[in-house]
Amino acid sequence: MKVSELIRVINGKLINDGADLDREVKGGCGADLMSDVLASIQPEAVLLTGLCNPQVVRTAQMADVAAIVFVRGKNPPIETIELATQERIALITSPFGMFELCGRLYQAGLPSLERSVSDGPSDLE
Amino acid sequence: MAQTPASPHNILINDQVAENITRTEELAYELRVSEVMTSSPKTLSPEMIMRDVVEMFRKARISGAPVVQGENLVGIISMEDLIHCLCQSDLDAQASKYMTRDVLTVKGTDPVVEALKIFVSSKVGRLPVIDDQGKLIGILTKGDITRGLLKALQRDIQVEEIRKYRASHLFEDIESDRTSLILRYNIKPRDFTHGGAASSHIKRALLRLGASPQIARRCGIAVYEAEMNLIIHTLRGGVIRVEIEPNRISIEAYDDGPGIPDVELAMKPGYSTASEEIRELGFGAGMGLANIARCVDNMVLESVVDKGTRLKMRINLDKEESVGEGYSSKLDGGTS
Repeated sequence: MKVSELIRVINGKLINDGADLDREVKGGCGADLMSDVLASIQPEAVLLTGLCNPQVVRTAQMADVAAIVFVRGKNPPIETIELATQERIALITSPFGMFELCGRLYQAGLPSLERSVSDGPSDLE
Repeated sequence: MAQTPASPHNILINDQVAENITRTEELAYELRVSEVMTSSPKTLSPEMIMRDVVEMFRKARISGAPVVQGENLVGIISMEDLIHCLCQSDLDAQASKYMTRDVLTVKGTDPVVEALKIFVSSKVGRLPVIDDQGKLIGILTKGDITRGLLKALQRDIQVEEIRKYRASHLFEDIESDRTSLILRYNIKPRDFTHGGAASSHIKRALLRLGASPQIARRCGIAVYEAEMNLIIHTLRGGVIRVEIEPNRISIEAYDDGPGIPDVELAMKPGYSTASEEIRELGFGAGMGLANIARCVDNMVLESVVDKGTRLKMRINLDKEESVGEGYSSKLDGGTS
């Protein structure tokens, strides 16, 4: 699913410029703890989070995240927006909560890209 | 010129350039009309019979052309003029009868954005390009502009590729018993705004050196967790030192305090001493060291209370994954 299509599915609003809206999103991951994200997320996922600080963008950059969605209509501070623009990662805000967002995206055909703890070692190991 | 400052957005957004729109805007100011126009365009003389004009347009697959007398521009014939002529069934008339005489023009030295403004405000399909003496030197369509911008963007990409290519061959021509590249970053305590900047630079450097995306990602995540640890826990900050060799990446993150009282406990997933404030930032869940261990091939954590902590990490690179030695040595299989 393209980022532009994802925005439609979640009634989202794009926050920053410069991101590639044709970028392919291969799945999703939802978390507020960045270490959880770094531990579990596979490349090219959309990250759903309630956290708005610049570390979300840094985490996304390290983990090859395709787009970031802020839940419950949250709007990140300017430092976060500037960093995302610089790194060309799409920031999207959606009025829905985390559960609703996961449900909508899953129903639209987006699989989970969160490695479960029981999955054992990932391709990283 | 156009009354309202026309934005190049009006014309230029399409799928190919949307991604680069900011750079495209810059280019619209940097590029000159003469760089993107079609030089030596097909021209008409005022005496040319309209029937021949139609035939020429059909053969050359164009929909308009400037009319010149000697070297001077005297008019232009567009599709609209042609239709006008056809409606009158007047194909034997001369071009001068149907040409548009008040011609909008641009200068070759104008930035492309000036031409864009005219296109937006006037609805013309083509603009004759003249030099300072008013001599016709080319013709410009919106298609020429799009092509010119895409070509310029392509050049930008090539510059990055050349940079990447050079970096990826960094070690190839240097002879020593052991060559390495060392990157050092000073990390300030509690500097959450810039937290991750060092990791970001390191990841980019590795990609330029020819590391695979997987290696860059593993290294990025490990260094990022280490960098955040320095920011969260140290008294006076610390240093991240990355040593890049063709077959291995060695990373050290060290500081001078406060030190970890129980290293074994600190390594346990979920154990954390971070404050509520840190947790609100999305860190301090006690997963950092576990994450690092997962990403690197070898990890050693040494710490003395009140002295400091030193975290050593190593990622080994297979022959296919070697950095700084270029693609050729990878194809040969290397002999090192």
